[in-house]
Amino acid sequence: MHFCDGKITQLEWVTSKQRLPMNSSKPIRTALSFPEKRSYGELALLHGRYRELAPHLVPLDYTNNPDIKLPLSLLVSMPELKENPFRDRIVQTFSEDGQGDLSFNDFVDMFSALCESSSRELKTRYAFKIYDFNRDNFICKEDLEKTINKLTKGELTPEEVTLVCDKAIEEADLDGDSKLSFADFENMISKAPDFLSTFHVRI
Amino acid sequence: MPRKTDVSQLEDVGIDIDTELSNSDEEAPKRAKKGGRGGGRGGRGRGKKAASEEEEDEDEVPAPRGRRGGNRKAARKGKDGDDEDADDDDDEDGKGPKKRKKGGKGKEGDEESEEEEDKKGAKGKKKGGKKGKDEEEDEEEGGKGDKGATGKKGAKGKGKAKEDDKKKKKKGGGSSSSNSDEEDSMSEGEMAKLMEEVEEKKKLIATIRNKPWRMRRRLTHLRESQQFVDKFEGALGKGKGRKWYAYKVMMKKKWIKFQRDFENFRTACIPWERKIKEVESHFGSSVASYFIFLRWMYGMNLVLFGFTFGLVVIPEVLMGLPYGSIPRKTVPRAEADSAQDYSVLMDFNGYCKYSVLFYGFYNNQRTIGLLQFRLPLSYLMVGIGTFGYSLMVVIRTMAKNADVGGGDGEDGEFTFAWKMFTSWDYLIGNAETADNKYASITTSFKESIVDEQENQKDENIHLRRFLRVLANFMIICSLGGSGYLIYFVVKRSQEFASRDDLSWYEKNELEIIMSLLGLVCPPLFETIAELEEYHPRIALKWQLGRIFALFLGNLYTFLFALFDEVNTKLELEGSIRNASLWNMKEYYANFTLNSNDTDATPPPMHPSDIIRGPCWETGVGIEFVKLTVSDIQVTYLTILIGDFARAVIVRFLNYCWCWDLEAGFPSYGEFDISGNVLGLVFNQGMIWMGAFYAPGLVGINVLRLLSSMYYQCWAVMATNVPHERVFKASKSNNFYMGLLLLILFLSLLPVVYTIMTLPPSFDCGPFSGKAKMFDVIMETIDLDLPAFLGTLFSYAANPGLIIPAVLLMVLAIYYLNSVSEAYQGANMELKKKMQMARDEEKNRRNNTESTDQVQKDLEDLLPNRSLAPEPEKEEPPPKPTKVKPGAAGKKDLQKDVTLASPNPNVRGPVNRPPGPRGPGPMPGHPGGPGPGGRGQGRPGPPPR
Repeated sequence: MHFCDGKITQLEWVTSKQRLPMNSSKPIRTALSFPEKRSYGELALLHGRYRELAPHLVPLDYTNNPDIKLPLSLLVSMPELKENPFRDRIVQTFSEDGQGDLSFNDFVDMFSALCESSSRELKTRYAFKIYDFNRDNFICKEDLEKTINKLTKGELTPEEVTLVCDKAIEEADLDGDSKLSFADFENMISKAPDFLSTFHVRI
Repeated sequence: MPRKTDVSQLEDVGIDIDTELSNSDEEAPKRAKKGGRGGGRGGRGRGKKAASEEEEDEDEVPAPRGRRGGNRKAARKGKDGDDEDADDDDDEDGKGPKKRKKGGKGKEGDEESEEEEDKKGAKGKKKGGKKGKDEEEDEEEGGKGDKGATGKKGAKGKGKAKEDDKKKKKKGGGSSSSNSDEEDSMSEGEMAKLMEEVEEKKKLIATIRNKPWRMRRRLTHLRESQQFVDKFEGALGKGKGRKWYAYKVMMKKKWIKFQRDFENFRTACIPWERKIKEVESHFGSSVASYFIFLRWMYGMNLVLFGFTFGLVVIPEVLMGLPYGSIPRKTVPRAEADSAQDYSVLMDFNGYCKYSVLFYGFYNNQRTIGLLQFRLPLSYLMVGIGTFGYSLMVVIRTMAKNADVGGGDGEDGEFTFAWKMFTSWDYLIGNAETADNKYASITTSFKESIVDEQENQKDENIHLRRFLRVLANFMIICSLGGSGYLIYFVVKRSQEFASRDDLSWYEKNELEIIMSLLGLVCPPLFETIAELEEYHPRIALKWQLGRIFALFLGNLYTFLFALFDEVNTKLELEGSIRNASLWNMKEYYANFTLNSNDTDATPPPMHPSDIIRGPCWETGVGIEFVKLTVSDIQVTYLTILIGDFARAVIVRFLNYCWCWDLEAGFPSYGEFDISGNVLGLVFNQGMIWMGAFYAPGLVGINVLRLLSSMYYQCWAVMATNVPHERVFKASKSNNFYMGLLLLILFLSLLPVVYTIMTLPPSFDCGPFSGKAKMFDVIMETIDLDLPAFLGTLFSYAANPGLIIPAVLLMVLAIYYLNSVSEAYQGANMELKKKMQMARDEEKNRRNNTESTDQVQKDLEDLLPNRSLAPEPEKEEPPPKPTKVKPGAAGKKDLQKDVTLASPNPNVRGPVNRPPGPRGPGPMPGHPGGPGPGGRGQGRPGPPPR
């Protein structure tokens, strides 16, 4: 029955991390891009950050994997996200229910995907999700308009917005369906010089 | 393999297998019916293992399993409904144990357990699994709402808590059984296979973070594969290099961090980067380009300053004779009284004139100080080196800029898309920075929009051409007119110079005309340029070029006047020299006359009493310094009054004015790019010309540029408004650089001319006493270098050698020019090809479907879906179809049908027309087997 437990603890590279506040810590650690040595600290850091958003909700002890989710309104108040025009979308993208409530797992997920060392591929996918406002797996004109209005705080006139959207689709749309599929998006982003340097968050 | 080796084991394994295969079948219920049908067929197909049916299999095989799984699960759900959440886990879990078991089974089992590659039999199945997944995901799209509504919600909450337990239990069971199985029979091939799998798992562990899965799924995958690796690595030998790997990862991270810090440090070292960025974000790159140019100029002048002060001024101050020791370092007695007056000092006379700032102060001692510093030589070398260095830097920068592309903002295919998706910096966490970023993104969008509109403008080409010709004609007329006016005025002033009964206007006519021209012409040009309707960036270039031509007149009159002055001074010099010598003699004669003691040596004459020559070099230096200083004053005052006062008035008088001052007539000033750039360029020309005669000028200029940076940055942010059409500066500043190069050349000419032809003053400066300034080089060659070098130089100076050298250079230039042209041609060709390739790609993609794994994963990430409990997939149907396809298939089919209908999830939309998938072997699909068949087997892309 608890065969797995026994097995896991035998792993020689886990044993030293038994003090971790979370049962699932080791896999999380590996799943993150954090190297073994420092991951404890970083994971704990993440946990700390998560907990400080709502100290009364989030327990210190994660041994039992409590099912706790923090709402979007709390999460977007993090200094890392506060100024981001896409903060709502980021949080929603990483939440499992799409409403913006993040469990700790999702939280870790978010920062591991946005961390500096995560791969371009991964970032591209999440970026695509983030910019796909209506979640139809295509970035269509409507999404682009929303993106622009968020980026410029609505400073552009509607004609200008339309022009920009049309141009962007014309540039990146390879299959001619007037919306950007992931393949289009990936193709476009892979040539962008500063995507990797701008699409990451440090915590 | 006999089906009933071990019932219990089968049970376990069956569970695993099913879950694994159906992992993607999360949405299976929706097409339960179809699945059922397919299942029957699939079973048959499997029994036959006919190649021709492979496509079919691919589609169908997994489905029945999923279905069965679903049924099973439905039953089980009754028992423990909280398992759902672990669905993902289970899928993954299934893989390992199943494989292991298969491995134990033997040959056939091996094949089936093959994960990704080869093996015919397995392939069908595997592909099928994948396909099934595909379909599901597609359907999932449609049926999302339904699914979300169904079972998922309830199960989720509870599931999480127990997830671990459940999974472990199951896994434990599965793996233990398989374990024993495996130990039973382990051959070489199996070992190899196992090894392979372990490696695969390891790879998965290594790359798991790059999988766009939710954390939960990642965790389970990870756990599962770790377990697997752990278990079987023991059998196959210890896992190696994990520590090493961890170490490597850590070092890599540290290295990245170091690089980042270093990069930050480097950026922090670039002066005014933030200031300029701020300006850029509000005023666009065109205004920022001025400040970048200013910064570049500052850098260059700093180097010039270093040379001049390090090699000329400081040695003279430290090691040369002090003030008052010799005549050239002393204020003459006639001027001594007023030498400290403010007005005199402001004119750079008095003490200023006899200071280290100017040429005349330097002594012609060949070596000074303990170090035997050869000051005259150093002075000449620095004078020439200034030009050499400037030329080198300007040309190198131009070359580098040209390398960057020099394109006028046309940077490839994805201008707008990149702006949209990569321009926000997710690192920004500071409100002010964020505001700047918003502004800069808006500005850059506007810039691109202007470019785009310019491209789209369809125009009456003939009218446009006519207007442009007309505008150029008018501007040439006005340039010619002003040129003639300047010429006329200069001529007249020469006439006036010989008269003394001049009115105020006649005295200052030249200056007045010049400033009037400078005041009137640029706005006039700008107005005329409206006719041309150029893109603002190109219009700016034209404007710069035209005003530059106008200002050349300024320069010309200035130089003209200067040479006049120098010539008169040179004429004077001869007589003064005689007077000075005569005076000296007189002094000594008087001394012996007055004192009876003929033997007594007369005390040396006081240096301030000696008659001086006019020292034209210092005169020229003073002219330039005065000009520079007045230029600084005018510039700063213009900003203060023209921009700041105007802004204040507009801002505050607006409260009590009859019309809207801010939007109406005076409004706020725009930043005058062309005026400022030209001011900077001409100022630099003055510096280059004057630096030889006034070493201190470089220092003044450095101060000016430094203060100008802060002052103008402040002024532009505080008092100016962005241009109406914010436009993108061309990526390289090469146009500015070109102007600078032209000015450099123009200022090089007079200086070199004076150095090479005019005799230096007899009593001041480092070259006094020599016939020509460059004699100091000859002297050094003769005295300090070995003799053979002297002869070498004399050979090198032979015209017979120089003319061929010049010819050679001309040839080289011609050759390089043609090469670069060829490259340019090749470049254009390549660009065209790239464009064509892109179009081709577009067309190609138009014709192919883009459903691939990536899209799948993405869909998997969609909210609500990945969370879905996917109730059916967890279920392990008795491991059937695969092994006993023929008979079991039939039976299962029956069961499926009966069990499927009560399944609540079934009501998802059926996306596939059921027609073509009749029970018969492909009645609706005449398509042949083979690779093409695969595509057909899949009924086209699901509707999106």
